[in-house]
Amino acid sequence: MRKILNRVALALSAFALSLAFAGGPKAAAKPFIILQSTTSTANSGLYDHILPLFTQKTGIEVRVVAVGTGQAIKNAQNGDGDVLLVHAKVAEEKFVAEGYGVKRSDVMYNDFLIVGPPADPAKISGLKSAPAALAKIASAKALFASRGDNSGTHKKELQLWKAAGINPAGASGTWYRETGSGMGATLNAAIGMNAYTLSDRGTWISFRNRGDFKIHVQGGEELFNQYGVILVNREKHARVKAKEGQAFIDWILSAEGQKAIAAYRLGGQQLFFPNAGENGG
Amino acid sequence: MSDFSSAFSKAFYLLISGDAALMEIIMLSLQVSLSAVVFATLIGLPLGSILAVGRFPGRGAVAAGVNALMGLPPVVVGLAVYMLLSNAGPLSVLELLYTPTALIIAQTLLVTPIIAALARQAAEDLLEEYDEQLRSLGSSTLQTISTLIWDGRYRLLTAILAGFGRAIAEVGAVMIVGGNINHVTRTMTTAIALETSKGDLALALALGIILLGIAFAVNAALMSLRGTAERAAHA
Amino acid sequence: MLDAVPARPRANADARPGAALLEVRDVTYKADGRTLIDHIDLSLRPGAPTLILGPNGAGKSLLLRLMHGLLTPDSGEILWRGGANSLETRRRQAMVFQDPVMLRRSAKANIVHALKLRRVPREQRSARAAQALETSGLAHLAGSPARRMSGGEQQRLAMARALALEPEIIFLDEPTASLDPASVKAIENLIADTQGRGVKIVLVTHDVGQARRLGGEIVFLNKGRITETGPAAAFFRKPESRAARQFLAGEIVE
Repeated sequence: MRKILNRVALALSAFALSLAFAGGPKAAAKPFIILQSTTSTANSGLYDHILPLFTQKTGIEVRVVAVGTGQAIKNAQNGDGDVLLVHAKVAEEKFVAEGYGVKRSDVMYNDFLIVGPPADPAKISGLKSAPAALAKIASAKALFASRGDNSGTHKKELQLWKAAGINPAGASGTWYRETGSGMGATLNAAIGMNAYTLSDRGTWISFRNRGDFKIHVQGGEELFNQYGVILVNREKHARVKAKEGQAFIDWILSAEGQKAIAAYRLGGQQLFFPNAGENGG
Repeated sequence: MSDFSSAFSKAFYLLISGDAALMEIIMLSLQVSLSAVVFATLIGLPLGSILAVGRFPGRGAVAAGVNALMGLPPVVVGLAVYMLLSNAGPLSVLELLYTPTALIIAQTLLVTPIIAALARQAAEDLLEEYDEQLRSLGSSTLQTISTLIWDGRYRLLTAILAGFGRAIAEVGAVMIVGGNINHVTRTMTTAIALETSKGDLALALALGIILLGIAFAVNAALMSLRGTAERAAHA
Repeated sequence: MLDAVPARPRANADARPGAALLEVRDVTYKADGRTLIDHIDLSLRPGAPTLILGPNGAGKSLLLRLMHGLLTPDSGEILWRGGANSLETRRRQAMVFQDPVMLRRSAKANIVHALKLRRVPREQRSARAAQALETSGLAHLAGSPARRMSGGEQQRLAMARALALEPEIIFLDEPTASLDPASVKAIENLIADTQGRGVKIVLVTHDVGQARRLGGEIVFLNKGRITETGPAAAFFRKPESRAARQFLAGEIVE
């Protein structure tokens, strides 16, 4: 009996161990890069659409780690990624200036929206100016859900508050609620507590749990959302796959990559607008 | 909320259709958590037994430390493993970050204290009964440990199952060290977190129901194994 | 004398029939500030069984554990064939406890495992276990889980396990205290059988009837002290200490 149990335990362990190392050789067989990116792009389904085209052409697999822009930049600084694709231009330029990245290039843009409950308690619907809308939300003390996670969207939101001349930090915990989570979790929270929030259009369109929430403010130039791509600097981290990473950047900035971005639609709507080279990178 | 009823039908449909992406995720979850439990058992059982049997200075402190580690938040373990395996970390040369092996390492660290603490308790209870008899037989410390592990095997199985439950259910550690990379490190729990963040609550809940089913199946398999073994042994 | 510790004790014991197997020299044992064993001297020689008799709380079981090396005396010493009592010498001894400790295995596996712990070569274990089960009349229960056997069967198995070790001395701590009459008889038969094979028996009991049936040397213990020793026949005919007289009369011992 002891033998039976031993044998079963052994078989189970062998099974688990054989699986444990199964990932190794398979991964080595195919070249791949790690793309540190944001939840806003990954959750929208964009990568599922464009990456197979790149892999098919080059044989290079792209493994996407989708986190907030702040964490993505931190991970890239640690050398845990080959390419960075995020949306916080100031932080990206700092990343390059400090030598962590080789060069920053514009890839595409979309825009941010202020979404909120249909009753619109702060009466912001139809406003063009996002700072003006935020000012009305603050004066009405209407609930506002902030990412609060140092992400690209969070950074944009803080810029807008600054433009409105308001420091919401003092109201944190009252009408200003910091979720400290990703875009999706923050949308879930906003919908759960009937709060306004700032979201990128891609996440909003692909988000499934919108309930009866509506877009109240959009189109103003303050809400412009630029994405940039950067190759992580091999001089900082020798393990960076510079050749494959550059191949990806070259492709996504090429006419073919840009076309693939423009072609991605969800529910008939285009989510991202390619603009490589338009602003001189 | 209609998400509830649609979650059940979705879970059912996903399983029936044998969705390839789902199967891949299930297999990875099982692979990672079972491997972690095997390693944690190989470390935790002897460690727990040594803490029960051994008489060395600092034993109480180590035992208390192991007990405290049972409550370690997965995200802390994930962060620690990330910092070790990161290209900026001391073990970067292994190139394990964002691989299934990294998930196994994190979960092993998470589960080992549970198995060790429960094994220590089981071995201590048994030792109280066996101590004089084993000493009378002239048992060495090593022999005592192996005797306690074998005779405590059914309680230890429960400890191992508790460890498996923690491993298969945690999300914080695998999210950080695995990166939730599709087809590489996406497990059931990170997939659930992803679908939640995409607002597809019904799909997320459906995956949760399937995860529960997997945990139940593994428990049932091990318990019936125990039953078979007990009948075979009449013990 | 101490230099003459024999390499092969059994052969040597035959050569010096009168020499002490185990010696207790001025041993004291305390717990929680109370003296439970109080300056005891005792010599165990091969031959007739030694019966340690006395009321509850006299320290009988403690004395047995001290002799077997499970407890360490606070003062005094215990010598095995003139040398120190150690893990090595304990492996030449065996003990059966009042409540038999059964491993969570079959009856036979209980014995086989004990032989393994004693480092008996693997190929001998099964045969020796089978033999011990046969001797104790438990052969038909070899595959049964030990912990599901009756109290009497468990105690016989504990005896069989101890005997399979082929000890030179066996310590029995009230092995029949909680058994039915038939089981008591079976155990006593096993004891007599063991005695017949030349194994030194040291039995703790507070059962006067059992002591009369088994005979041998009596050591009467009261309040941690030996009040008298002597052959059983003489002890039962004319106990010398007041405590022993009260004990035999079934009175409360003071």
